[in-house]
Amino acid sequence: MKENLEKNYTEDPFDYEAVEEVLERYQDEKGALIPILQAIQEAYGYLPREALEYAARQLKTPLSKIFGVATFYAQFHLTPRGKNIIRVCQGTACHVRGAAKIMQALREQLDLDVDGTTEDLKFTLESVACIGACGLAPVIMINDDTFGRLTPDKIAGILEKY
Amino acid sequence: MERRRILLCAGTGCISSGSLAVKEALLNELEKRGIADQFEIVTSGCHGFCEQGPIVIVHPEDIFYCRVQAEDVPELVEEYLVNGRVVDRLLFKDPISGEAVKNHMEIGFYAKQSRRVLHNCGVIDPENVDEYLAQGGYEGLKNALQMSPVEVIEEVKKSGLRGRGGAGFPTGLKWEFTYKAQGDKKYVVCNADEGDPGAFMDRSVLEGDPHAVIEGMLIAAYAIGADEGYVYVRAEYPLAIKRLRLAIEAANRLGYLGKNIMGTDFSFQLKIKEGAGAFVCGEETALLASIEGERGMPRPRPPFPANSGLWGKPTCLNNVETFANIPLIFRIGVEEYTKVGTERSKGTKIFALTGKINNTGLAEVPMGITMREIIFDIGGGIKGGKKFKAVQIGGPSGGCLPEEQLDLPVDYDSLTAAGAMMGSGGLVIMDEETCMVDLARFFLTFTQKESCGKCTPCREGTKRMLEILERITQGNGEDGDLEMLEELATTIKDSSLCGLGQTAPNPVLSTLRYFREEYEEHIYEKKCRAGVCTNLVSYFILPDKCVGCTVCARNCPVNAISGERKAPHEIDQSVCIKCGVCYEKCKFDAIILK
Repeated sequence: MKENLEKNYTEDPFDYEAVEEVLERYQDEKGALIPILQAIQEAYGYLPREALEYAARQLKTPLSKIFGVATFYAQFHLTPRGKNIIRVCQGTACHVRGAAKIMQALREQLDLDVDGTTEDLKFTLESVACIGACGLAPVIMINDDTFGRLTPDKIAGILEKY
Repeated sequence: MERRRILLCAGTGCISSGSLAVKEALLNELEKRGIADQFEIVTSGCHGFCEQGPIVIVHPEDIFYCRVQAEDVPELVEEYLVNGRVVDRLLFKDPISGEAVKNHMEIGFYAKQSRRVLHNCGVIDPENVDEYLAQGGYEGLKNALQMSPVEVIEEVKKSGLRGRGGAGFPTGLKWEFTYKAQGDKKYVVCNADEGDPGAFMDRSVLEGDPHAVIEGMLIAAYAIGADEGYVYVRAEYPLAIKRLRLAIEAANRLGYLGKNIMGTDFSFQLKIKEGAGAFVCGEETALLASIEGERGMPRPRPPFPANSGLWGKPTCLNNVETFANIPLIFRIGVEEYTKVGTERSKGTKIFALTGKINNTGLAEVPMGITMREIIFDIGGGIKGGKKFKAVQIGGPSGGCLPEEQLDLPVDYDSLTAAGAMMGSGGLVIMDEETCMVDLARFFLTFTQKESCGKCTPCREGTKRMLEILERITQGNGEDGDLEMLEELATTIKDSSLCGLGQTAPNPVLSTLRYFREEYEEHIYEKKCRAGVCTNLVSYFILPDKCVGCTVCARNCPVNAISGERKAPHEIDQSVCIKCGVCYEKCKFDAIILK
């Protein structure tokens, strides 16, 4: 996965192995476009155009339709992302308990805008609507780790772990 | 010798508070002392009291320890488990009286609950199907399979169960329509796309008792004549997906899923479909489109999914909590089930209590309990002793209730009459520091972003409403804005294609109904009484409290603060950008918000 990301930046030809494997895995399943896109993104870290074009040809589906689905759902990304994805919950409970200040602290410490990725591809900063851990508001997630009961001064320490 | 059972909460909330580290530490400590065989350590689903996690309960005495960290384990083992001395500092302290409470069921948060649907959450290991079976699991299915499909539907109708996803449509009726629908293939689909910000009831049920949902879907499938089903779970719930996957595997292995279930000719197979991050996919037709691999855009009804749903076939689509009620009905019987609840809202409802209250978490209450009891008895009252202002129910589709409405009985019809709605069960409690106009703006920002864009009233209308609200919160409200908001709201409600658009104006209408003066203050007096809308508030340095330490001036990003060392400082309001850094940095409480 990491090699694939690096490959794309040294202008080597695209590695189709992963997308081929995904399409084979789902070939007998009905209506599997979304799981297919999820698996492609799992393999490459995002949805590379080459992979989508290849999938369109194999699935005998117009690229426009695949593009339509890829851009409809918030989970899909058409550009490379950071190794660590920080999701700041902006749901009601977190909002009422100061989520805006947490986002501000992160933006300052990473020098990023929301949806931005650091130049060294270490972090991507996102806002999400609700993580579902409302009892611990305000909450952020970094990859699969959840951090709750946050205050702005705790941010630096958390970022250091990655 | 009877082993003592130690339950550690392993719902997402407690895991992120460190419960797995506590488990490791506990196992190590017990091993070290050679007493590991005296205890059974079980990681359970969510106990609901997330504010106080990680939670550790020891049976048979049912003592409740909270906020336990790995470092506390050696003391807990030495003092309590070995020597029977209660570790007072890890007990729950009542937020009002300050007293320690030992027993689990005596804690205010739990005392008034009616944990029927949640009876396994926090009690069993959700990854162990034998524990589910030991608590009466799949008994409901066994009973249902001995009835005819029509009899099963009658039972559900008699139970009075209404859809727990928010709309409250009678479940038995929905099943009857799907049963009667013509089709060579039928589906059962579970809506686990819990997208309401502030709601985590479905997540907890899936993480803590996934078999309950499977059993509910099995009974539905038997009743309507379906042999295939899907659970559509949002991708943001990885633990729920994992536990559900394990449960489906176990059910398949034991023959509760698959062919010829329990020796009958009823067959049913269940698959999981993950969402991909779209709130609108919680809407039934959008959800079905998403399972089909399309953009999640709703379509007009009729035809309803009961007649034409997944791939055009009759489909019974219900919420997680609705399905989780079904095994209960068939296990204890309709008469027992209907003893709880009101005339037209039978049973219980699980609520997620969040916001400015002391006891945040998940609570299951009988329908008909008052909002006051939920907030003050179970919720422990407002955090920090502040004053209650409003409670938002139903998330971005719902409305708020002010103080005057607190004695309202919580059931579908009473809430709708008051301009709110039951919704999925998220309750966000607000205090005097919440601005109701900003809240309406916040919800509308959410629904606007999640609008699928298909129909004009929602796509364009919510955008215009949001523009007006943003102007008002920035201090640029105009005469006529409120009337325009109301007109837009009624138009959008009347003409939107799906529930998202139809309910997006609700927070605005509801806050206008009960807090109109606040809107008027924003527009005519350019004032925000809660101190939230930054353009309408100012930071002031109190001259009698300021010691001239210069910390604020040095941190001000726009150099708006001036003053000599050891002399009171002053903020130049024309330069100040209201970032609040000075307020945060001042160690002398000399800066206030007005």
